[in-house]
Amino acid sequence: MALSNKIWEGHARFEKNSIVLLIGILITVSIGGLVEISPLFYLDSTIEEVEGMRPYTPLELTGRNIYVREGCYTCHSQMVRPMRDEAERYGHFSLAAESMYDHPFQWGSKRTGPDLARVGGRYSDEWHVAHLTDPRSVVPESVMPGYPFLAERPIEGADIAEHLKANVAVGVPYSEEMIENAVADFNTQANPDAGDPDALLARYPKAQVRDFDGNPEMISELDAVIAYLQMLGTLVDFSAFEAEGENLR
Amino acid sequence: MNWLVGALLGVGALLGLMLTANASDTGMYAHGFLFLVVCLTGIFFLIKTAYDRAEAVAAGTAPAADQGYMDGVVRAGVIAAVIWGIAGFLAGLVVALQLAFPVLNLDLPWTTFGRLRPLHTSAVIFAFGGNVLIATSFHVVQRTTRARLAGGFAPWFVFWGYQLFIVLAATGYIFGITQSREYAEPEWYVDLWLTLVWVVYLLVFLGTLARRKEPHIYVANWFYLAFIVTIAMLHVVNNLAVPVSFFGTKSYSLFAGVQDALTQWWYGHNAVGFLLTAGFLAMMYYYIPKRAERPVYSYRLSIVHFWALIFLYIWAGPHHLHYTALPDWAQTLGMTFSIMLWMPSWGGMINGLMTLSGAWDKLRTDPVLRLMVVSVAFYGMSTFEGPLMSIKSVNSLSHYTDWTIGHVHSGALGWVGFISFGALYHLVPVLWNRERLYSLRLVSLHFWIASIGIVLYITSMWVSGILQGLMWRAYDSLGFLEYSFVETVEAMHPFYIIRALGGLLFVIGALVMAYNLWRTIRGELRTEHVAGAPSLARA
Repeated sequence: MALSNKIWEGHARFEKNSIVLLIGILITVSIGGLVEISPLFYLDSTIEEVEGMRPYTPLELTGRNIYVREGCYTCHSQMVRPMRDEAERYGHFSLAAESMYDHPFQWGSKRTGPDLARVGGRYSDEWHVAHLTDPRSVVPESVMPGYPFLAERPIEGADIAEHLKANVAVGVPYSEEMIENAVADFNTQANPDAGDPDALLARYPKAQVRDFDGNPEMISELDAVIAYLQMLGTLVDFSAFEAEGENLR
Repeated sequence: MNWLVGALLGVGALLGLMLTANASDTGMYAHGFLFLVVCLTGIFFLIKTAYDRAEAVAAGTAPAADQGYMDGVVRAGVIAAVIWGIAGFLAGLVVALQLAFPVLNLDLPWTTFGRLRPLHTSAVIFAFGGNVLIATSFHVVQRTTRARLAGGFAPWFVFWGYQLFIVLAATGYIFGITQSREYAEPEWYVDLWLTLVWVVYLLVFLGTLARRKEPHIYVANWFYLAFIVTIAMLHVVNNLAVPVSFFGTKSYSLFAGVQDALTQWWYGHNAVGFLLTAGFLAMMYYYIPKRAERPVYSYRLSIVHFWALIFLYIWAGPHHLHYTALPDWAQTLGMTFSIMLWMPSWGGMINGLMTLSGAWDKLRTDPVLRLMVVSVAFYGMSTFEGPLMSIKSVNSLSHYTDWTIGHVHSGALGWVGFISFGALYHLVPVLWNRERLYSLRLVSLHFWIASIGIVLYITSMWVSGILQGLMWRAYDSLGFLEYSFVETVEAMHPFYIIRALGGLLFVIGALVMAYNLWRTIRGELRTEHVAGAPSLARA
């Protein structure tokens, strides 16, 4: 009893000095974050190395930025969980390495629409054009907004090299060569006749090179968004992928 | 002092001009211009105030130097909270209707769900909740320290600076300026501005505590202080980013993938824990005892409540990332602490409810107290539901579904909303020096309309969330998935309509409140018989 009284009386120290209280709070709220978050930056097991991951092409990155801008993450996750129904509906569960170049991550928290982590190659470009312009023209029950303005907005990619440099600053391994050729790569991916697709593919293996929105006259925001959607989940070859360690499944 | 403020505003105006002149996108152009206008307006009012004062001194009518409590900024906060609250609830109603009737997206860039949803969440959490917290903290800290707010102009800077943050964030969302970090969507330059405002807020609060004429710091102030400090820490770390250009809006998050996800949900869950919980618990610890005219039930329980709550909350973030690519150990740790969090949460609830010991009869006659007590009950309910949903096997069903949305709203509408309404109803007669509210019956009406709205909201989201979770994992007798995704979307339709109806009732309740408060501010009293009071006993 005497000891416990001492504890209660000792608390007066916090109640009588606002700076002591402030420091006490700071220490108390720092512990959890330090113990939980900081190991993720040095534990090697956090992100297993996987064949096939590469930074986004300039056009894909532009499409990703439009995906972020429109708040697609408010309804679509990009994180397949390791459950039977999710594997059958969406494909192999998502690996940490698959979002290692994602600044910011787009895992999402709500599936008003389906998961998009492996949507690449699931549908044709034509389907995406129709669906993004008027979702209910292809999925009558859909509650997704239409984005008809994407097709009408031209993009030039003039400042795309700056975007690549900002990504380098946060740790994405874009090479000097990639930054130098950023504008050319941007144009070539949506318009293969305008540049050298082989050089693009050498820099960004598995990049898909074609006019995506069915309008070769201009590169639109729709081109960029579809280029991004069509590459989602396609970089890692899961027929060749073997998780490290014993397979317990 | 005036010269210093003027010089800072001048620098701000120059900065705004520079951003406008060099802007690499229209967003930065508009926001730089807005900043310029705000700084120039500030300079104008600074000169006008000094001029008016000089004139009053010359005429011999100058008021005595500032003394007593500084309540002007609290009154401004109350008005801002009511206005932003209604705007935020309305935005919520719009996005709820968009999910039921997608044609309401209008297929325009500025009106789609993806852009309006952050508008709704930020408006209710930061514009409504934030203004309630700033206003009540300025009120409570003065009353419990018996000292005037510190810093001269500084509290007003916090108020106006915070409104500017809200406007920058909200207009940014509509124009597609977002970091896509939930509840931290504003871009880097808006984050920097909020950081400045927040540091001044912390200094005003600490400065006022330092002036106190009471030896002890009252428990409500511990919670306010924890809220202010922790939000600062979370905000700074979670928003670390590298802008593409100093004259453009776009930035790239410093972290990627797994690390980015956990940092974000460490932030996200503790925005709930420290803004929507600790801050509003501070209100509970002041306004409920005040209204019930009883002391806090247990002083020792409040000590345990405080330290246990702030220690445990920080760990709970990973429960937003169950079964993702986040390492398993982190998920399990997050789940464990989330379950432990149940105890301090309920300890706090018991402390709040038991404060009514000996004053339970007031619930019959005072609908303001009833709002606050029911809010604590909702707090207990959602802090029971939260740990339940953090259990991995439950979460495997509930995650990605509307169950989460329902859970958030039982906390947001029931706990945060009702304790705020209670505090606003309590504050307006005090701040405007009125005998009482215009009408207690309208408070009662608000209470019932909003309660029915919440019940419709929560129950419809429980049913739709669990239904959708079960449909996603349903197999037919041949071992195939039974439902396509879009069939589960179709099944949500009736519940989305019920939810929107619940939201509509909540909005109507808030409008009733605004009307009642407005009449109160005008000094009007409605002649009415108060429910539960003996009709003949009034003399």
